Amino acid sequence: MSNVSIITGNHAAALGAKLSGVQVVAAYPITPQSQLAEMLSQFVESGELKAEYVRVEGEHSAMTVCISASTVGARVFTATSANGLLYMHEQLHWAAGSRLPVVMCCVNRGVGAPWSIFNDQQDSFSQRDTGWMQIYCRNNQEIVDTVIQAYRIAEEVYAPVMVCYDGFVLSHTMMPVDVPDAEDVKKYLPPYRPHTILSPDNPKTINSVLFPHRRENTEGVLCDGFMEMRYKLQAALERAPETIKRANSEFAAIFGRDHGGMLWEYKADDAEFVITGLGSVASEATVAADTLRDEGIKAGVIGIRVYRPFPREETIKAFSKAKHITVLEKSLSYGYEGGLCSDLKAAFYGAGINATIDNYIVGLGGRDVKAREIVDAVKSSTSATDRDVLKIKPKWLNCFTG
Amino acid sequence: MNTPENLFKINAKEYILPGNRACQGCGLTLAYRYALKALRENTIVTLPASCLCVLHGLYPLTPVTVPALNCTFASTAASASGLVAGLNALNRSDITVVAIAGDGGTFDMGIQALSGAAERGTDFIYVCYDNEGYMNTGTQRSSATPIGALTTTTPVMTKQQQKKDLIKIMEAHDIAYLATTSPSYPIDLYDKFVKAKKIKGTRYIHIHTPCPPGWVYSPRDTVKIGRLAVETGLAVLFEVENGRFRFTGRSKTIAEKGNRLPVINYVEKQGRFKKMSIEQLKQMQSWVDTKWSEYMQRAER
Repeated sequence: MSNVSIITGNHAAALGAKLSGVQVVAAYPITPQSQLAEMLSQFVESGELKAEYVRVEGEHSAMTVCISASTVGARVFTATSANGLLYMHEQLHWAAGSRLPVVMCCVNRGVGAPWSIFNDQQDSFSQRDTGWMQIYCRNNQEIVDTVIQAYRIAEEVYAPVMVCYDGFVLSHTMMPVDVPDAEDVKKYLPPYRPHTILSPDNPKTINSVLFPHRRENTEGVLCDGFMEMRYKLQAALERAPETIKRANSEFAAIFGRDHGGMLWEYKADDAEFVITGLGSVASEATVAADTLRDEGIKAGVIGIRVYRPFPREETIKAFSKAKHITVLEKSLSYGYEGGLCSDLKAAFYGAGINATIDNYIVGLGGRDVKAREIVDAVKSSTSATDRDVLKIKPKWLNCFTG
Repeated sequence: MNTPENLFKINAKEYILPGNRACQGCGLTLAYRYALKALRENTIVTLPASCLCVLHGLYPLTPVTVPALNCTFASTAASASGLVAGLNALNRSDITVVAIAGDGGTFDMGIQALSGAAERGTDFIYVCYDNEGYMNTGTQRSSATPIGALTTTTPVMTKQQQKKDLIKIMEAHDIAYLATTSPSYPIDLYDKFVKAKKIKGTRYIHIHTPCPPGWVYSPRDTVKIGRLAVETGLAVLFEVENGRFRFTGRSKTIAEKGNRLPVINYVEKQGRFKKMSIEQLKQMQSWVDTKWSEYMQRAER
């Protein structure tokens, strides 16, 4: 039986955390995340959600609370945006290095200076190398479902998951959402089993100093050095796509919704012109693909759902027939190009994909990205004849560049 | 008073096994040993990068037999908040959560998280072991360093400012219990931790902690230097419970007898003060006199 409500993305995320039975919530308000922090307070204070809510004095502490609470065995949740996420940066590394299944929503917003409260994805992109898995949602249904899936993934991989969704575009936009049944979620999501519990029952010093080499314990067993621990985190994330895909397919079996495991496709099967991106911008691109098809251009969309671990194998397969690829990105690595564009090119190297690739920087600081602009972008890239590889640069969509 | 009866009451069990990586004559080792004896089992410690982190040893070995969680430098009190929240959520609120950081991690970088946790009334004990500088990283200046002290970041001019009165800042949070102590007076230290363990809410214990390499004195003189700090009023032993101030131990005796020594008795024993000017010495004495008279007024109330 479906239970459809018309709710915002923040509301969907709050319901996802509640349905996942989080035991500790720590949050600090920031636009556009605030409504999520408020809703969870409402759930906790009204008794709908039995959890400890720590109203911390900053985001660095929010993530710290999640780390320590997770270490004693609690399921934890937090959410933030933009500068709040950046303020947490040190703790993001710490959470991943501790191999803790923290789940956090990043309500994507542009990063200052200068200030912008509006959407782009520079915040989560700048946290790419912290050891967190990153999943980008394209609508509010996917947000609630992905938060629940994120706990399955995080607690199996023993690494944290960032569920990213676009500020205002999703966070404050009402959409119909089929709210998962609480009993079904319990069946889907087993209780959290920590790999190590900090407890007086079995005293340990956790995360103490390591020297470069491996060292023996008192029983003469050679224990990991810093580098072995880092290798294990990498190996866990390399294996994670299997977990992510299974979490998605088992979710689909119970709830009847398949959001794609690592990526999703729209009319991509026979597409010669493939548009790609993360989150709601890729969703907007589906409208552009339809327009292009109306004009006789075989266009399709491949949405990157999981950005870390990077879906190398999946993208090589999905893009194998593409002739022109348009990468839309709401962030960039200054001085080079969009990070997704770089990663796709690196994945394609040696894989026999020789499509032209055009990188468009779009929608920074909340600038509108309209389907017809995407259509024009795809068309102009197909007609381009001056493809001097020495001079390839990202193009700026709907931006005065002098 | 360290009478035999008093010494016998101290928990005989050791929670720090022989052999740790702290320096010879480390005041922190002494303080931590007695603190853990008072806290006993059913305690979880969280600690940032610090001398204490060094004492806890290199993975996979540790001399410490209580469970401990390392945290980042700015996050000690927030880490404790997370432990408390997690334990409450799992119905294990019987466990005492103790955050321990140095003065750098408390006066400077950790003050935001500490103030936040105290304002929330988090049920934990926060311990600052104050060795008056960034000793773990090689004796750099902190806001707890006293005026006139040489540090590696005040190597020529000495520190120009007085020590920050963090104890006053913590008191302004109206917490359940606040105490100052010193490893040179182990019974005083032990009693305060025993008392703190029984109290609910935020408890703050400030330990004035002599440091032989940082303060430049012989490792055998740690207890003596710690006592001189109390004798001269640079460190004052007291506690504040429900807003009521009370001198304890040696400071109580000094307050009653009025036999506080001039700070020169303390300063002259330490190499860190060798470039202190007469003017700075006067300023330090005047700072101590002012603080002491404030304490005296409060004790009389």
